[in-house]
Amino acid sequence: MAAFAFYLFAGLLLLSGLMVITARNPVHSVLWLILAFFNAAGLFILLGAEFLAMLLVIVYVGAVAVLFLFVVMMLDIDFKALQRGALQNLPLGLLVSGVILAEVLLVASGWTAAPGVIVHEALAGPPPGMTNTQWIGSQLYTRYFFVFSMSGLILLAAMVGAIVLTHRRRVGIRKQNIAAQNARTPGGTVAVGKAGLGQGVEL
Amino acid sequence: MHPILASIAIAGPETILTLGSLAALMLGSFTPQHRALTVTSLFAVAILAVAGFSLLDAPAGRSIAFDGLYVADDFSAFLKVIILAAAAASVLLALPWLGERGPDGISFGRFEYPVLLLLAALGMAMMVSANDLLSLYVGLELAALPSYVLAAFARNDARSSEAGLKYFVLGALASGMLLYGVTLVYGFAGSTQLDVIAGLVQGQAERSIGLLFGIVFLLAGLAFKVSAVPFHMWTPDVYEGAPTPVAAFFSAAPKAAALGLMARVLVVAFPGAVAADWQQIIMVIAIASMVLGAVAAVAQTNVKRLLAYSSIANIGFALVGLAPASPAGISALLFYISVYVAMTLGSFLVVLQLRRPDGSPVEAMADLAGLSKSQPRLALALAIFMFSLAGIPPLLGFWPKFAVFQAAIASGLLGLAIIGFVASVIAAFYYLRLIKIMYFDEPALALASSGSPVNGAMIAACAIFCSPIGMLAMSPLAVATARAAAALFPA
Repeated sequence: MAAFAFYLFAGLLLLSGLMVITARNPVHSVLWLILAFFNAAGLFILLGAEFLAMLLVIVYVGAVAVLFLFVVMMLDIDFKALQRGALQNLPLGLLVSGVILAEVLLVASGWTAAPGVIVHEALAGPPPGMTNTQWIGSQLYTRYFFVFSMSGLILLAAMVGAIVLTHRRRVGIRKQNIAAQNARTPGGTVAVGKAGLGQGVEL
Repeated sequence: MHPILASIAIAGPETILTLGSLAALMLGSFTPQHRALTVTSLFAVAILAVAGFSLLDAPAGRSIAFDGLYVADDFSAFLKVIILAAAAASVLLALPWLGERGPDGISFGRFEYPVLLLLAALGMAMMVSANDLLSLYVGLELAALPSYVLAAFARNDARSSEAGLKYFVLGALASGMLLYGVTLVYGFAGSTQLDVIAGLVQGQAERSIGLLFGIVFLLAGLAFKVSAVPFHMWTPDVYEGAPTPVAAFFSAAPKAAALGLMARVLVVAFPGAVAADWQQIIMVIAIASMVLGAVAAVAQTNVKRLLAYSSIANIGFALVGLAPASPAGISALLFYISVYVAMTLGSFLVVLQLRRPDGSPVEAMADLAGLSKSQPRLALALAIFMFSLAGIPPLLGFWPKFAVFQAAIASGLLGLAIIGFVASVIAAFYYLRLIKIMYFDEPALALASSGSPVNGAMIAACAIFCSPIGMLAMSPLAVATARAAAALFPA
């Protein structure tokens, strides 16, 4: 059963990956990408990594892929022209990917781990009384505290960078000034006057 | 003490830089806009200085922190001093430029500039203290991400945006290659910690193809970061397009950090039989960088592109010190880095200081014609930097070249030293040509100086350091570099 599930997920993953780059309609590409994410999440569940699977669905499907959809729909990108360009560079691309594939095969066929290193070790799983998620958290916030917090700073740098590159301070627009609004008193804004009969008011 | 608190105490400079960059961000946001840039910049320089002084307080010897992810030793301390000093100089030298208005009347001055530089300095400090492939990668990204933004900082300038985008795309590709290399090494060793990898590599009789591929990919990624040939393509374009203060920053601190990182990873993690393999790779990229940097610079007409090729060539010379994988070689490499940073920062400072009569910055080499008449002091400083970069004997730039070649010859790499010598003769041509343009050509433009006293003082300091007077600094530097290099070779 597990083998069947693996081949199902893996096969669908490869198929949808292929469809991502061959689909003519970019919106379809993104939808295929979402299917690919779901199948990858299925593979994670088979490995017993249910936390990673949920993360993949929540972060990639829920946030990233939806963002892709927005970008694809909102930006007026001429995908036909892009595809034409890709076709021109196809021979070169195939050559490079062929070389890399050959290298990967060479590495995989001549693979030796260092003596004493256990390859294909079955995952031990979390210690008793702990769920997978708890286990990851306990490692992430203790042993890997350093890289974890530094990754946070990378995200901060990216955020600062995005604001620097896109935020423009425009002149001549009327912004809400809450302090000025709160500081207004009735005396400065409301005038009480007598309106004489048949005369109207002068302001 | 709790182990994490103890680790935080060991990683003092990083802690100070982390808190300092967050505080600088707050400070910049809550200071009135017209003062924010100056206040934040001065605060950033103060933070960098405090981080530098915290290094003095560090315990001697080797301290491991964060479960082996981080190491503080003499090697990391030496490089951190250079990185922090270069970063502080980069913050200061940008102030006049940031205060100016572009052709469209929009000021570049935004307080995020020093904040991004602080974050980049933090990443670089983490790089030279990385004792694990994981912290290596995270440090590299933390240093790289602010750099991409800085390259595109003059966002109303199409060339700057192009430089930022180009740097970002190629940098992401290089990071991918590096990560692929990391996975291969991890697959071989079952650990990402440098000491553990070293133990396994040494105990191995025959060479593993997987490990070798891992090292090759790792080196490809790192060679991109130091802009060594054949991964140098981005350098001239990014230096030319990026604002001049940013190009000055790129040419100094990140190079020191990436070279230090490269030395630590290769020397500590891959000793023994596999060392011969990576030494071969280092030799090839060193030769290619020296030769290409020297030959391609001859045809340049833009000063910033010229300095870009000059930095490629200099990285080649520095890598000559890494090729022997000996304490003398690493010590020569560190000596080279410290002198190179002063030379390149000085050259960029002079370029930054010069103004054409209409107030626009100088970029074409032809603009420098007759500089000795209009700005004799700046011309003299630039001449000192050029003679020093060319490695003409009485100037300080000669001695690091001498040291790396000496280390290469002592390890039997005579061929490498000869090629390096020939390349430095070729390179001398274009450095001397710039001096000839400044001193013997008819003045083309009456160049003005932007008149920033801080930058003037920094030019003077760099020029004095690179002049023969700088030789006074050589013996303390030699002691420091020897101690730092010894930290990589446990007795």
